[in-house]
Amino acid sequence: MSVKENLFKRIGKAIGRFFKKHWIDLTVLACVIPPIVLLFDYIYDKFRFAKKIKIFYDQFIVNQGYERLLEGLKNTALIAVVGLMIGIVIGTVIAVIRVIRPTNRVIKYAHNIVGAYVALFRGTPIVVQLLVGYFLLLPIMKVQMDPVAACITIFGLNSGAYISEIMRGGINSVDPGQLEAARAVGMPYSTSMLKIVVPQAIKNILPTLGNEFIALVKETAVVGYVGAVDITTTFQYLASNSYEYMVPYLVMAIIYMVIVAVIAALVKLMERMLAKSERRQ
Amino acid sequence: MKEGSNKKIGEPIISVRGLTKTYGKLDVLRGIDEDIREGEQVAIIGPSGSGKSTFLRCLNCMEDPTSGSIIFEGVDIADRRVNINTHREHIGMVFQQFNLFNNKKVIDNITLAPIYVGKRNLRRAKLKNALRTIANLFRKNKKELIPITKTKKEIVLEARERAMELLRRIGLEEKATVYPSTLSGGQKQRIAIVRALAMNPKVILFDEPTSALDPEMVGEVLDLMRALANEGMTMVIVTHEMGFAREAADRILFIDEGQIKEQGTPAEVFDNPKNPRLQEFLSKVL
Ligand SMILES: Nc1ncnc2c1ncn2[C@@H]1O[C@H](COP(=O)(O)OP(=O)(O)OP(=O)(O)O)[C@@H](O)[C@H]1O
Ligand SMILES: [Mg+2]
Repeated sequence: MSVKENLFKRIGKAIGRFFKKHWIDLTVLACVIPPIVLLFDYIYDKFRFAKKIKIFYDQFIVNQGYERLLEGLKNTALIAVVGLMIGIVIGTVIAVIRVIRPTNRVIKYAHNIVGAYVALFRGTPIVVQLLVGYFLLLPIMKVQMDPVAACITIFGLNSGAYISEIMRGGINSVDPGQLEAARAVGMPYSTSMLKIVVPQAIKNILPTLGNEFIALVKETAVVGYVGAVDITTTFQYLASNSYEYMVPYLVMAIIYMVIVAVIAALVKLMERMLAKSERRQ
Repeated sequence: MKEGSNKKIGEPIISVRGLTKTYGKLDVLRGIDEDIREGEQVAIIGPSGSGKSTFLRCLNCMEDPTSGSIIFEGVDIADRRVNINTHREHIGMVFQQFNLFNNKKVIDNITLAPIYVGKRNLRRAKLKNALRTIANLFRKNKKELIPITKTKKEIVLEARERAMELLRRIGLEEKATVYPSTLSGGQKQRIAIVRALAMNPKVILFDEPTSALDPEMVGEVLDLMRALANEGMTMVIVTHEMGFAREAADRILFIDEGQIKEQGTPAEVFDNPKNPRLQEFLSKVL
């Protein structure tokens, strides 16, 4: 009896606390929700949403637009993920070259070359790089390449330039004593960097790399310029096929937002796990 | 030589000739000639900024000498054309800040270099043998192949066994699988010393090995160094621990303004200093 009473009392108190704490939020919600509902209702009527959704549904399900979307999703993921991996490899190599002290001429030349590379890829829009690469360089080199493969290559080269700067910061954040100790036991510079310094640098820059990945995913929306099928081109196709733009483009925006939100959540999780492992050590 | 010890001091292992080092316009080392002999323990003392660390770091070319030569086992390692890495394998180094590899467990800190070197030598031997086999096809008197005694697996196992043995020696075998950040300063430094030992070095260089330690941990590190000294390990030690230098070293070098201003046995240097700068220095630190 008394236990039950106690429970009710506690629930009652909890509700009271909740209202006390959140009464402002609740009031704001109460004021905001009705106008929004009215607005949606108005928009729904005005733009004849029901009909538009029906058209989109026909395009997407009946005419098997979803198959195209699956292919688009696959290509977007492929370009972003493989591009990022290529970028990490290239970025690491460039960063490792750039942090060598220029004590002789070979190193100075290497610095100039990778410096020019970074300037080139950071100094031009990715669309321009895609167009020049696909329609100019590939034909000149007489290479036949699938548009998706070309996009992967160019996105990899491009993100390599950006990641090299991130990686350089990461390498500089590692205690120089680590490299010294590795060199002192007789390991060459490259091995010391690869086994000791770069792993610690990557750990330091993982969150930044996550953000770079998000940027990369969003940038892939331009691959349609060279004829690769991705999320964007899929919805462009669906839209122009039915002369009905609103629903496809809204759905497209939502899909990108969901993808980015998922990656951002993963990055957060990773950050928290790293912080925890740091504390435990 | 210390009384009561029966150790022998042998031929020079490292001979320094005409060593100078400048950073830009700053002359840090101004002409040093010195021999480090097998089995001796040399302590380096001197005021802050006098070039002690720079001298020590020139001995394994962590700093490239501006001029002069460092003869190690008959090779001038100051010459930029020699492969410094194969020589550094035989010169251990222990740092003030320990510098254990943060991304490696304790045992991997110790085995990293032995495994790297073992595998590299194996690779080199195999390559040479392959070339010799081909060349032998055209030779009348065939050249013998290099005997390959160990597989990669055996190299790894051996290195791990040796590392555990060393960890047992310093009583830290239960720390084998933890990361360095969980260790105390004294533990870190003893593991750093053991990491150098794992390469079976001909000589170990110490740069103020106890300066970054809490006072209560200095003893355990000095004890380990003393034990090494008694086993006849050749050691060069930059230190501010005058007591340790006096009792454990065979020879003291006093470096000031980039030169060795005075050197001798601990008794000579501490009890009967001749150089006025040394007298002044000792009056401050003793
Ligand atoms: N990389 C460098 N670049 C420029 N100057 C340097 C460099 N390393 C050392 N120096 C300078 O060389 C001089 C000698 O330095 P060193 O570290 O050898 O002194 P030290 O005798 O070890 O001093 P301490 O007892 O404080 O460790 C100092 O004036 C220092 O500022
Ligand atoms: Mg010093």
